[in-house]
Amino acid sequence: MKKKMLAAFLAVFMVTGLLAGCGGQSSDNGNSSAAAETGSADSDTGSQSGETKDLSGTITAAGSSALKPLVDDAANAFGEEYPDVAITADAGGSGEGLKQVAEGTDDIGNSDVEAREKLDADQPDKLVDHQVCVITMAPIVNNDVKEGGVTDLTKDQLISIFTGQTTNWKDVGGPDEDIVLVTRPTSSGTRATFEKYALDGNEEASNASMETDDSGVLLQNVKDTKGSIGYVALSYLVGDPGVSTVAIDGVEPTLENTYSGDYPVWTYEHMYTNGEPNEVCDAFIKYIMSDQYGAKMESLGYGVSSKMTVTEH
Amino acid sequence: MIEKKKQGMFRKEYAWRGITVFFGLFVIALTIIIGAFLVYKGSDTFLKFGHSIWEFLGSAEWDPVDSEEGGGSVGALIFITGSLAVCGLALLVATPFSLGSAIFMTQISEKFGGKFYRPVVEIFAGIPSVVYGWTGLTVLVPAIKTVFHRQVGHSVLAAGLVLAVMIFPTITSVSADALTAVPDECRNAAYGLGSTRWQTIWRVVVPAAAPGIITGVILGLARAFGEALAVAMVIGQTTALPSGLFSTTKTLTTEIAAQMGNAMEGGELKSALWTMALLLFLISLLFITLIHQISGRSEKEKGGE
Repeated sequence: MKKKMLAAFLAVFMVTGLLAGCGGQSSDNGNSSAAAETGSADSDTGSQSGETKDLSGTITAAGSSALKPLVDDAANAFGEEYPDVAITADAGGSGEGLKQVAEGTDDIGNSDVEAREKLDADQPDKLVDHQVCVITMAPIVNNDVKEGGVTDLTKDQLISIFTGQTTNWKDVGGPDEDIVLVTRPTSSGTRATFEKYALDGNEEASNASMETDDSGVLLQNVKDTKGSIGYVALSYLVGDPGVSTVAIDGVEPTLENTYSGDYPVWTYEHMYTNGEPNEVCDAFIKYIMSDQYGAKMESLGYGVSSKMTVTEH
Repeated sequence: MIEKKKQGMFRKEYAWRGITVFFGLFVIALTIIIGAFLVYKGSDTFLKFGHSIWEFLGSAEWDPVDSEEGGGSVGALIFITGSLAVCGLALLVATPFSLGSAIFMTQISEKFGGKFYRPVVEIFAGIPSVVYGWTGLTVLVPAIKTVFHRQVGHSVLAAGLVLAVMIFPTITSVSADALTAVPDECRNAAYGLGSTRWQTIWRVVVPAAAPGIITGVILGLARAFGEALAVAMVIGQTTALPSGLFSTTKTLTTEIAAQMGNAMEGGELKSALWTMALLLFLISLLFITLIHQISGRSEKEKGGE
């Protein structure tokens, strides 16, 4: 009888423990934040000597899917120089990355947009922004549209297409074919950038466009669907992507045109740290922004922040 | 000596009982906590941002603001209609095939059915949804384009067909079990009265197994409702009410999956997404209740005999 009481008591006790854990911080996933804290504690133990070759620790990063390929590549290259540093990078979206860095779950939050656009009032203040690179968004069309004669669109034409007013390619000098819009969800950072700088703030016609969860799928859909138009970051267009880019007002979407300020659709990519970065994170972020890594960055389709001749649009 | 052994047995008896009770209670508590959490998160749409339930369920104006101020509109009718259309279509396609298969492998060709057909159907059930979605995207979507001469192959039709393939094994297995469970006495009695095999199956076996078959259909429907990944790949997510088999639209699950990562914490958009998650929870609760009602009623009938 005693045993039975004990078991029942134990069960009740553990369940209440669970309830309390959930009630306290409902929006927090307790386990993972505890794990990340141990991670950052590790990284603090990195040695203080001037020669940083013996750097060791853990970095966790999460957020923007547009920035993730770069972080992955940089993490590999960085890991070759500092084998004792373990870097894990997750996608999950800009909002998620910012939330996790603000809560201390991750060391670095990757974002396409500035922190104050996605976080509560006081949270952005303690975050430190590192503008690690420039990302250029290009309108892309199915190859048959280019073969039909559309290689250049004015901004007005672009706006008219994406707001659903122009619905046939023949109205902008292309083949007699319906325009199929392939876009990203309203909360996407890529979409926000494209709407802001390519469409001058006009909202896309949500009720006439096919939304895709990530840029890779978008690219695939534009490639497979005749008469389609969409937009992706240049980093998705290295090699032979199987789609055609379109110039805006006669300016080709290239890194050179972005540096010179001629091409308008670009934005800084942000890596946020909670307060000043610890030694390992600092080394990693400096590594990404170094000239040495810059050439590699450009080959991946990202722009080097220091090469920008304009800082505002 | 014997006394000691007895005590040890006694201890084991209660220790295992305690462990089982703990795990059982834990799962029950977890379900309740998840439900409560969804209510807590999902109620923000109504309490914090002041939208009415009728707006959420009955309006097709979907434009929630991705910030704490709110002021957008949260009509989720598009997603509800999308989910219903896609699942309805899947059910319409899958049920005849499933029922046919189940009857074939339990009543008509038992040997072949048990040894070969049934394992094949079970393999179907184990294939992950991403594989179904991807296959649908690479085979079905282009096929719809060529067969129906459409510019876009993504459609309600494509999503319905992918889901139909996905829920087919669920409905088939559950129905087959129900058909097997019909006692042989019923069959023999029917034959004894001069029924043909088809008459026996259609007039006696299937009606007797009906509650089980309906349970299978509802389980299939529940799976179809909850599927996000495979549907998202082939439905061509467009925020508009579907107007036909070839329209592109969105479902509850695809919209949550597409927006959750980027939406701001505590913002109107995120709250609306949580409300949609709550709705999905309630729908599955409804399905389970239905299943219990049906099986409860059939047991009562049996008891009355």
